[in-house]
Amino acid sequence: MADFDQELDASGLNCPLPILRAKKTLSGMSAGQILHIIATDPGSVKDFDAFAKQTGNELLESKEEGGKFHFLIKKA
Amino acid sequence: MDQKKLAIIATKGSLDWAYPPFILASTAAALGYETQIFFTFYGLQLLKKKLSLEVTPLGNPGMPMPMGMDKWFPVLGLALPGMQGMMTYMMKDKMKKKGVASIEELRELCIEAEVKLIACQMTVDLFDLDRAEFIGGVEYAGAAAFFEFAGESDICLYI
Repeated sequence: MADFDQELDASGLNCPLPILRAKKTLSGMSAGQILHIIATDPGSVKDFDAFAKQTGNELLESKEEGGKFHFLIKKA
Repeated sequence: MDQKKLAIIATKGSLDWAYPPFILASTAAALGYETQIFFTFYGLQLLKKKLSLEVTPLGNPGMPMPMGMDKWFPVLGLALPGMQGMMTYMMKDKMKKKGVASIEELRELCIEAEVKLIACQMTVDLFDLDRAEFIGGVEYAGAAAFFEFAGESDICLYI
């Protein structure tokens, strides 16, 4: 996993909470910074892809590791 | 890029049907949509300060019941006193275990994200509801006000 500036553990949370928490965390960050999100909701894979496409924040990485989903989002 | 708009009409006042308007509105707001929910008829229950939303198996053959109860329980059994309370308790318990947000939490997230909540004045009057029972920040309006926003919306949902 590449470097990141902040981490958000959304494990155990279900739709739409991982997205809402990510949005909130991103609003407190500056442009160009990277947020690492950890989630267990399998729906979050497509959701974070859609979130990035609609908000302009870039999804740098999306992968499953150790039964959890990891996302790296760069704030626009 | 113009900000997209989502208009929702929320008409139902049960625990299960309270979810779609608040989930969609909070998510839309997170995606940058300007969002309004117009609450009418039983949907007004979702605006009360103290929520007492329940779920009922009655008239709902699609509701999965614990322990296969829907198979061996006669429909009349579902009308027994306490059944609705029990189903509500079990549903809330299940939601908590699965990390599903409570309605209170989702509603708070909507307010935080500046989703506009509008109560239908006509049904407030019809049911003799008191504005003091509702959370703060609710606006009161009618059908014409809804169309002013809905007419310019990109997505309009009736729930």
